[in-house]
Amino acid sequence: MSESELNADTFKAPDGQPDAGNAMRDRIKALYMRYHDNPAYLATVLGGFCLISALILASSYMATLDPIAIRQKEDLQSSLALVIPASLHDNDLVHDAFTIKDTNGARTVYPAYRQGTLTAVAYQVSAVGYGGPILSIIGVDPNGTLLGVEVLQHTETPGLGDRIESKRGDWIKQFSGRSLAEPSEAQWKVKKDGGYFDQLSGATITPRAVVLSVRSGLEFFKAHKDEILTCPDGSCKGNRS
Amino acid sequence: MTKSYREITLEGLWTNTILFSQTLALCPMLAVTGTATNGLGLGLATTAVLVASGLLISLLRNFIEPEIRIPAYVLIIAGLVTIVDLYMNAYLHDLYKILGLFIPLIVTNCAILGRAESFASKARILPSVLDGLMMGVGFTLALVLLGAVREIVGSGTLFSGASLLLGPAFSFLEVTVIPDYPGFLIFILPPGGFIMLSLILVGKRMIDNQFEKARKARQDETDLIGGHITI
Repeated sequence: MSESELNADTFKAPDGQPDAGNAMRDRIKALYMRYHDNPAYLATVLGGFCLISALILASSYMATLDPIAIRQKEDLQSSLALVIPASLHDNDLVHDAFTIKDTNGARTVYPAYRQGTLTAVAYQVSAVGYGGPILSIIGVDPNGTLLGVEVLQHTETPGLGDRIESKRGDWIKQFSGRSLAEPSEAQWKVKKDGGYFDQLSGATITPRAVVLSVRSGLEFFKAHKDEILTCPDGSCKGNRS
Repeated sequence: MTKSYREITLEGLWTNTILFSQTLALCPMLAVTGTATNGLGLGLATTAVLVASGLLISLLRNFIEPEIRIPAYVLIIAGLVTIVDLYMNAYLHDLYKILGLFIPLIVTNCAILGRAESFASKARILPSVLDGLMMGVGFTLALVLLGAVREIVGSGTLFSGASLLLGPAFSFLEVTVIPDYPGFLIFILPPGGFIMLSLILVGKRMIDNQFEKARKARQDETDLIGGHITI
């Protein structure tokens, strides 16, 4: 204790004034003791936290914006590859995408071209299942025949409704090769409802929703066939290559 | 607050675990522990956030006045989770596709706020980080245990999807415990989570009681011997 007092003395300025650094610290401490529970001080500290967090979040968002966009494009391409075989196209499906306006809003259509000829299109369809919306992607050839269907997102019951996923069962494969003519439009139901398609044991609502969404997708193709095949807005870049 | 590192470790892993002692974080637990793999995923993500929030809150504890601590902690935790979410989506995209579902669940996880409030806000940096790590590891083990039991009883498999989460090298973890199992749906659904949790809690209490009895018996014995010597 005495040693530290001695040290403090030796660091005093020659004219007897206390050390400037110590005085500053004491003043800050006194100010802090006086104001540390003042609402204005608290608001400033919290505001400072908010500002710093906002800056860090904004810079992280900016830094990851492009990589995330690239990843999402890759995801989209890999899901498109599930319903349109690579042998059918030599273009970039995502790059050539165009939108078609429908009564339900605009729908993005991904066209597949081989040597400038349209060979297939793919687009997303959805319907409400047992646990929420079921989002699927379907591939259709120019005659309106299904090339394939894949479920992209769903919240159906694990172990029952989730067998609509291609990695959990073959159920979804029964759509390949079907069209609105085969089976007939009235037959686009699950067997339980007097239709053509198998249901899943223990789950009826889920397959019903998927059948409905695929049928509505094919009806969309039928209603907009000319638009899709001729691409009137001139945005079909694949035709140029 | 002076707790030894040994005490902190023991509390995180056994005596004060998030799931089995504090019984916090039940909402993400119910949603996720349908399989052991998903439990592992949520556990790892939560551990990372617990460690980071322990570090940051301990570091900033002298700037955060008691009056504003709750909004400040919420801000720090939510900010951390969002940053983890963004960077994982950008650079660990395959992992993100599986874990991404769980990351928003971490923000709603009261256990992290609980550790910030009851530990990191009062402790030095190293103990806070250790507390976050041990609480996280304890939580992960608990989730994996619950997930494994529910998965075996519910669908007859173990660690299904592990190769998706950890990489193809871990596909050996995926085991079909009971072939041609018809499935036991309720254990896959959230109510099964509650049922399993209660069974495990009973088990843990029984083990704790046994420990307590053994400790008491030893205590009595030493008292007795001590008494003998004085006589």
